[in-house]
Amino acid sequence: MKITTKLWVGIAVLILLSPIGLIIPEHFKAGSAWGEWGADEMQKLVGYIPQGLEKLSSLWNAPMPDYAFKGWEEKGLPYLSAAYIISAILGIGLTVLIVFLVGKILAKKGE
Amino acid sequence: MHIPDGYLGPATSGFFYVAMLPIWTAASRIVKKTLKARQVPMLAIGAAFSFVIMMFNVPIPGGSTGHAVGGVLAAILLGPWAACIAITVALVVQALLFGDGGITAIGANCFNMAFVLPFVGYYVYRAVSYNAPLDANRRVIAAGVAGYIGINVAACLAGVEFGLQPLLHHTASGQALYCPYGLSVAVPAMAGEHLLIFGWVEAIVTALAIKYLQKQAPELLPEGGV
Repeated sequence: MKITTKLWVGIAVLILLSPIGLIIPEHFKAGSAWGEWGADEMQKLVGYIPQGLEKLSSLWNAPMPDYAFKGWEEKGLPYLSAAYIISAILGIGLTVLIVFLVGKILAKKGE
Repeated sequence: MHIPDGYLGPATSGFFYVAMLPIWTAASRIVKKTLKARQVPMLAIGAAFSFVIMMFNVPIPGGSTGHAVGGVLAAILLGPWAACIAITVALVVQALLFGDGGITAIGANCFNMAFVLPFVGYYVYRAVSYNAPLDANRRVIAAGVAGYIGINVAACLAGVEFGLQPLLHHTASGQALYCPYGLSVAVPAMAGEHLLIFGWVEAIVTALAIKYLQKQAPELLPEGGV
Protein backbone atom coordinates (compact mmCIF):
# COMPACT_ATOMS: atom_id res chain seq x y z
CA MET A 1 0.00 0.00 0.00
CA LYS A 2 1.27 3.49 -0.79
CA ILE A 3 2.29 5.53 2.25
CA THR A 4 -0.28 8.24 1.48
CA THR A 5 -3.02 5.58 1.38
CA LYS A 6 -1.86 4.27 4.76
CA LEU A 7 -1.88 7.77 6.20
CA TRP A 8 -5.41 8.46 4.87
CA VAL A 9 -6.55 5.22 6.53
CA GLY A 10 -4.91 6.52 9.73
CA ILE A 11 -6.86 9.80 9.43
CA ALA A 12 -10.09 7.85 8.91
CA VAL A 13 -9.41 5.78 12.04
CA LEU A 14 -8.73 8.97 14.03
CA ILE A 15 -12.02 10.44 12.77
CA LEU A 16 -13.91 7.35 13.96
CA LEU A 17 -12.16 7.55 17.34
CA SER A 18 -12.66 11.31 17.70
CA PRO A 19 -15.70 11.03 20.03
CA ILE A 20 -13.14 9.98 22.67
CA GLY A 21 -12.30 13.70 22.72
CA LEU A 22 -15.92 14.36 23.66
CA ILE A 23 -16.67 11.47 26.01
CA ILE A 24 -13.57 11.53 28.24
CA PRO A 25 -13.82 15.25 29.16
CA GLU A 26 -17.53 14.69 29.88
CA HIS A 27 -16.68 11.74 32.13
CA PHE A 28 -14.17 13.79 34.14
CA LYS A 29 -16.59 16.74 34.32
CA ALA A 30 -14.08 18.96 32.58
CA GLY A 31 -15.60 22.17 31.28
CA SER A 32 -14.66 24.51 28.45
CA ALA A 33 -11.08 25.19 27.46
CA TRP A 34 -9.49 28.10 29.32
CA GLY A 35 -10.63 31.34 27.70
CA GLU A 36 -13.36 29.68 25.64
CA TRP A 37 -16.29 30.12 28.01
CA GLY A 38 -19.71 31.22 26.82
CA ALA A 39 -21.26 34.47 28.07
CA ASP A 40 -23.30 32.71 30.79
CA GLU A 41 -20.24 30.85 32.09
CA MET A 42 -18.44 34.18 32.22
CA GLN A 43 -21.24 35.56 34.40
CA LYS A 44 -20.60 32.74 36.88
CA LEU A 45 -16.82 33.13 36.76
CA VAL A 46 -16.40 36.88 37.24
CA GLY A 47 -19.89 38.03 38.22
CA TYR A 48 -20.60 40.04 35.08
CA ILE A 49 -20.50 39.67 31.30
CA PRO A 50 -17.96 42.05 29.81
CA GLN A 51 -19.90 44.37 27.48
CA GLY A 52 -17.70 43.89 24.43
CA LEU A 53 -17.67 40.14 24.93
CA GLU A 54 -21.45 40.07 25.13
CA LYS A 55 -21.75 42.01 21.90
CA LEU A 56 -19.14 40.07 19.92
CA SER A 57 -19.74 36.56 21.23
CA SER A 58 -22.87 36.14 19.10
CA LEU A 59 -21.29 37.76 16.05
CA TRP A 60 -21.04 34.53 14.08
CA ASN A 61 -23.71 31.89 13.83
CA ALA A 62 -21.78 28.77 12.94
CA PRO A 63 -23.87 26.19 11.06
CA MET A 64 -22.64 23.36 13.34
CA PRO A 65 -21.67 25.01 16.63
CA ASP A 66 -19.33 22.94 18.82
CA TYR A 67 -19.16 20.13 16.25
CA ALA A 68 -22.83 19.27 16.77
CA PHE A 69 -26.17 19.87 15.11
CA LYS A 70 -28.18 22.80 16.40
CA GLY A 71 -30.78 21.67 18.92
CA TRP A 72 -28.97 18.40 19.71
CA GLU A 73 -27.41 19.72 22.93
CA GLU A 74 -29.72 17.66 25.16
CA LYS A 75 -29.72 14.51 23.07
CA GLY A 76 -27.07 12.60 24.99
CA LEU A 77 -23.63 11.29 24.20
CA PRO A 78 -24.42 8.68 21.52
CA TYR A 79 -26.09 11.33 19.36
CA LEU A 80 -23.43 13.91 20.11
CA SER A 81 -20.74 11.36 19.25
CA ALA A 82 -22.39 10.68 15.90
CA ALA A 83 -22.61 14.41 15.25
CA TYR A 84 -18.94 14.75 16.23
CA ILE A 85 -17.91 12.14 13.65
CA ILE A 86 -20.09 13.76 10.97
CA SER A 87 -18.54 17.13 11.87
CA ALA A 88 -15.06 15.65 11.55
CA ILE A 89 -15.89 14.17 8.13
CA LEU A 90 -17.38 17.45 6.85
CA GLY A 91 -14.71 19.69 8.39
CA ILE A 92 -11.78 17.55 7.32
CA GLY A 93 -13.33 16.94 3.90
CA LEU A 94 -13.64 20.68 3.32
CA THR A 95 -10.15 21.35 4.70
CA VAL A 96 -8.61 18.70 2.45
CA LEU A 97 -10.50 20.02 -0.58
CA ILE A 98 -9.26 23.58 0.02
CA VAL A 99 -5.67 22.46 0.63
CA PHE A 100 -5.74 20.43 -2.60
CA LEU A 101 -7.06 23.45 -4.51
CA VAL A 102 -4.49 25.81 -2.96
CA GLY A 103 -1.77 23.20 -3.50
CA LYS A 104 -2.76 22.76 -7.13
CA ILE A 105 -2.57 26.50 -7.71
CA LEU A 106 0.76 26.91 -5.92
CA ALA A 107 2.74 23.73 -6.46
CA LYS A 108 5.19 23.25 -9.28
CA LYS A 109 3.77 20.97 -11.91
CA GLY A 110 5.35 17.71 -12.96
CA GLU A 111 7.61 17.26 -9.95
CA MET B 1 -6.19 27.76 22.33
CA HIS B 2 -8.94 28.79 19.88
CA ILE B 3 -9.66 32.33 21.06
CA PRO B 4 -13.42 32.98 20.58
CA ASP B 5 -15.08 36.20 19.43
CA GLY B 6 -15.38 38.76 22.21
CA TYR B 7 -12.22 37.91 24.13
CA LEU B 8 -9.90 40.19 22.18
CA GLY B 9 -10.61 43.86 21.65
CA PRO B 10 -10.63 45.40 18.16
CA ALA B 11 -7.05 46.66 18.51
CA THR B 12 -5.66 43.18 19.16
CA SER B 13 -7.87 41.43 16.61
CA GLY B 14 -6.98 44.00 13.97
CA PHE B 15 -3.29 43.89 14.83
CA PHE B 16 -3.07 40.15 14.26
CA TYR B 17 -5.03 40.26 11.00
CA VAL B 18 -2.59 42.90 9.77
CA ALA B 19 0.35 40.86 11.07
CA MET B 20 -0.86 37.72 9.29
CA LEU B 21 -1.29 39.37 5.87
CA PRO B 22 2.44 39.52 5.04
CA ILE B 23 2.92 36.07 6.60
CA TRP B 24 0.21 34.52 4.42
CA THR B 25 1.61 36.36 1.39
CA ALA B 26 5.14 35.14 2.11
CA ALA B 27 3.83 31.62 2.74
CA SER B 28 2.12 31.42 -0.65
CA ARG B 29 5.12 32.97 -2.41
CA ILE B 30 7.60 30.57 -0.80
CA VAL B 31 5.40 27.50 -1.09
CA LYS B 32 4.91 28.32 -4.77
CA LYS B 33 8.69 28.10 -5.20
CA THR B 34 9.34 25.02 -3.10
CA LEU B 35 6.27 22.77 -2.99
CA LYS B 36 6.29 20.02 -5.56
CA ALA B 37 3.02 18.73 -7.05
CA ARG B 38 3.68 15.28 -5.57
CA GLN B 39 3.87 16.83 -2.07
CA VAL B 40 0.33 18.26 -2.24
CA PRO B 41 -1.31 15.06 -0.89
CA MET B 42 1.05 15.17 2.13
CA LEU B 43 0.08 18.80 2.71
CA ALA B 44 -3.59 17.79 2.71
CA ILE B 45 -2.81 14.90 5.09
CA GLY B 46 -0.95 17.34 7.36
CA ALA B 47 -3.99 19.65 7.46
CA ALA B 48 -6.35 16.72 8.07
CA PHE B 49 -4.10 15.39 10.86
CA SER B 50 -4.01 18.78 12.55
CA PHE B 51 -7.80 19.14 12.27
CA VAL B 52 -8.59 15.74 13.73
CA ILE B 53 -5.96 15.93 16.50
CA MET B 54 -7.55 19.20 17.66
CA MET B 55 -10.84 17.31 18.16
CA PHE B 56 -9.27 15.04 20.78
CA ASN B 57 -10.01 17.15 23.83
CA VAL B 58 -8.04 16.11 26.87
CA PRO B 59 -9.60 16.88 30.24
CA ILE B 60 -8.07 18.34 33.36
CA PRO B 61 -10.44 16.53 35.77
CA GLY B 62 -12.95 18.98 37.21
CA GLY B 63 -11.27 21.79 35.32
CA SER B 64 -10.85 22.74 31.73
CA THR B 65 -9.99 20.88 28.54
CA GLY B 66 -7.39 21.35 25.86
CA HIS B 67 -5.81 19.54 22.97
CA ALA B 68 -2.74 19.16 20.80
CA VAL B 69 -2.56 21.08 17.52
CA GLY B 70 -0.67 18.52 15.45
CA GLY B 71 0.93 21.32 13.48
CA VAL B 72 4.58 20.66 14.27
CA LEU B 73 4.42 17.41 12.31
CA ALA B 74 3.43 19.16 9.08
CA ALA B 75 6.22 21.70 9.69
CA ILE B 76 8.82 18.94 10.08
CA LEU B 77 7.65 17.11 6.95
CA LEU B 78 6.93 19.99 4.58
CA GLY B 79 8.56 23.06 6.12
CA PRO B 80 7.00 25.77 8.30
CA TRP B 81 5.60 27.87 5.43
CA ALA B 82 3.65 24.97 3.94
CA ALA B 83 2.51 24.02 7.46
CA CYS B 84 1.32 27.61 7.96
CA ILE B 85 -0.99 27.28 4.96
CA ALA B 86 -2.28 23.85 5.99
CA ILE B 87 -3.04 24.88 9.60
CA THR B 88 -4.58 28.18 8.47
CA VAL B 89 -7.08 26.30 6.30
CA ALA B 90 -7.97 23.98 9.21
CA LEU B 91 -8.43 26.93 11.61
CA VAL B 92 -10.59 28.91 9.17
CA VAL B 93 -12.87 25.91 8.56
CA GLN B 94 -13.11 25.32 12.33
CA ALA B 95 -14.08 28.95 12.93
CA LEU B 96 -16.59 29.29 10.08
CA LEU B 97 -18.27 25.90 10.20
CA PHE B 98 -18.06 24.97 13.88
CA GLY B 99 -17.63 28.28 15.73
CA ASP B 100 -14.37 26.92 17.20
CA GLY B 101 -12.31 30.10 17.46
CA GLY B 102 -13.81 33.48 16.65
CA ILE B 103 -14.17 35.13 13.26
CA THR B 104 -12.58 38.29 14.63
CA ALA B 105 -9.82 36.18 16.23
CA ILE B 106 -8.79 34.29 13.08
CA GLY B 107 -5.74 36.55 12.74
CA ALA B 108 -4.62 35.93 16.32
CA ASN B 109 -5.39 32.21 16.27
CA CYS B 110 -3.50 31.79 13.01
CA PHE B 111 -0.58 33.81 14.37
CA ASN B 112 -0.34 31.52 17.41
CA MET B 113 -1.13 28.12 15.92
CA ALA B 114 -0.37 28.46 12.19
CA PHE B 115 2.71 30.71 12.40
CA VAL B 116 4.47 30.63 15.77
CA LEU B 117 3.78 26.95 16.51
CA PRO B 118 5.08 25.45 13.23
CA PHE B 119 8.05 27.82 13.02
CA VAL B 120 9.22 27.25 16.59
CA GLY B 121 8.63 23.51 16.19
CA TYR B 122 10.46 23.35 12.89
CA TYR B 123 13.60 25.11 14.09
CA VAL B 124 13.71 23.16 17.35
CA TYR B 125 13.45 19.94 15.34
CA ARG B 126 16.23 21.03 13.00
CA ALA B 127 18.49 22.02 15.89
CA VAL B 128 17.95 18.84 17.92
CA SER B 129 18.07 16.47 14.92
CA TYR B 130 21.07 18.24 13.37
CA ASN B 131 23.22 15.75 11.44
CA ALA B 132 21.29 12.76 12.80
CA PRO B 133 20.86 9.86 10.36
CA LEU B 134 17.32 9.40 9.01
CA ASP B 135 16.70 6.35 11.18
CA ALA B 136 18.21 7.82 14.36
CA ASN B 137 16.27 7.85 17.60
CA ARG B 138 17.43 11.43 18.01
CA ARG B 139 14.95 12.38 15.26
CA VAL B 140 12.08 10.91 17.29
CA ILE B 141 13.23 12.79 20.37
CA ALA B 142 13.72 15.95 18.32
CA ALA B 143 10.13 15.68 17.07
CA GLY B 144 8.82 15.31 20.63
CA VAL B 145 10.84 18.25 21.92
CA ALA B 146 9.76 20.33 18.93
CA GLY B 147 6.09 19.53 19.52
CA TYR B 148 6.36 20.32 23.22
CA ILE B 149 8.17 23.63 22.79
CA GLY B 150 6.15 24.68 19.73
CA ILE B 151 2.76 24.33 21.41
CA ASN B 152 3.96 25.87 24.66
CA VAL B 153 5.32 29.00 23.03
CA ALA B 154 2.03 29.35 21.14
CA ALA B 155 0.01 28.85 24.34
CA CYS B 156 2.08 31.43 26.24
CA LEU B 157 1.48 33.89 23.44
CA ALA B 158 -2.27 33.24 23.56
CA GLY B 159 -2.07 33.86 27.32
CA VAL B 160 -0.38 37.22 26.69
CA GLU B 161 -3.05 38.16 24.13
CA PHE B 162 -5.82 37.29 26.62
CA GLY B 163 -4.00 38.97 29.49
CA LEU B 164 -3.47 42.30 27.73
CA GLN B 165 -7.21 42.87 27.25
CA PRO B 166 -8.13 44.21 30.71
CA LEU B 167 -5.24 46.67 30.40
CA LEU B 168 -6.33 47.82 26.96
CA HIS B 169 -10.09 47.93 27.36
CA HIS B 170 -12.14 48.60 30.49
CA THR B 171 -15.06 50.76 31.58
CA ALA B 172 -14.63 53.80 33.83
CA SER B 173 -15.61 51.63 36.79
CA GLY B 174 -12.87 49.11 35.96
CA GLN B 175 -14.99 46.33 34.44
CA ALA B 176 -13.28 44.58 31.56
CA LEU B 177 -14.84 44.94 28.12
CA TYR B 178 -13.33 41.77 26.68
CA CYS B 179 -11.25 39.03 28.36
CA PRO B 180 -11.47 39.93 32.07
CA TYR B 181 -8.34 38.09 33.18
CA GLY B 182 -5.05 39.98 33.24
CA LEU B 183 -1.55 38.75 32.45
CA SER B 184 -0.98 37.42 35.97
CA VAL B 185 -3.88 34.96 35.55
CA ALA B 186 -4.02 34.30 31.81
CA VAL B 187 -0.34 33.55 31.16
CA PRO B 188 0.13 31.07 34.04
CA ALA B 189 -3.19 29.40 33.16
CA MET B 190 -2.42 28.96 29.47
CA ALA B 191 1.26 28.14 29.99
CA GLY B 192 0.63 25.86 32.98
CA GLU B 193 -1.99 23.68 31.28
CA HIS B 194 0.15 23.22 28.22
CA LEU B 195 3.41 22.66 30.11
CA LEU B 196 1.75 20.05 32.33
CA ILE B 197 -0.63 18.25 30.00
CA PHE B 198 -1.42 19.35 26.44
CA GLY B 199 2.24 19.94 25.53
CA TRP B 200 2.96 16.28 26.26
CA VAL B 201 0.14 15.23 23.95
CA GLU B 202 1.66 17.29 21.13
CA ALA B 203 5.10 15.83 21.96
CA ILE B 204 3.85 12.24 21.90
CA VAL B 205 1.79 12.46 18.70
CA THR B 206 4.61 14.25 16.87
CA ALA B 207 7.27 11.78 18.05
CA LEU B 208 5.12 8.72 17.29
CA ALA B 209 4.31 9.99 13.81
CA ILE B 210 8.01 10.53 13.04
CA LYS B 211 8.85 7.08 14.45
CA TYR B 212 6.19 5.54 12.20
CA LEU B 213 7.44 7.41 9.12
CA GLN B 214 11.05 6.37 9.83
CA LYS B 215 9.92 2.77 9.42
CA GLN B 216 7.31 3.17 6.68
CA ALA B 217 8.49 6.07 4.53
CA PRO B 218 11.90 7.44 5.49
CA GLU B 219 12.00 9.26 2.16
CA LEU B 220 9.46 11.72 3.60
CA LEU B 221 11.79 12.70 6.42
CA PRO B 222 14.70 14.64 4.91
CA GLU B 223 14.73 18.19 6.14
CA GLY B 224 13.31 19.48 2.91
CA GLY B 225 11.26 22.65 2.60
CA VAL B 226 12.22 26.13 3.64
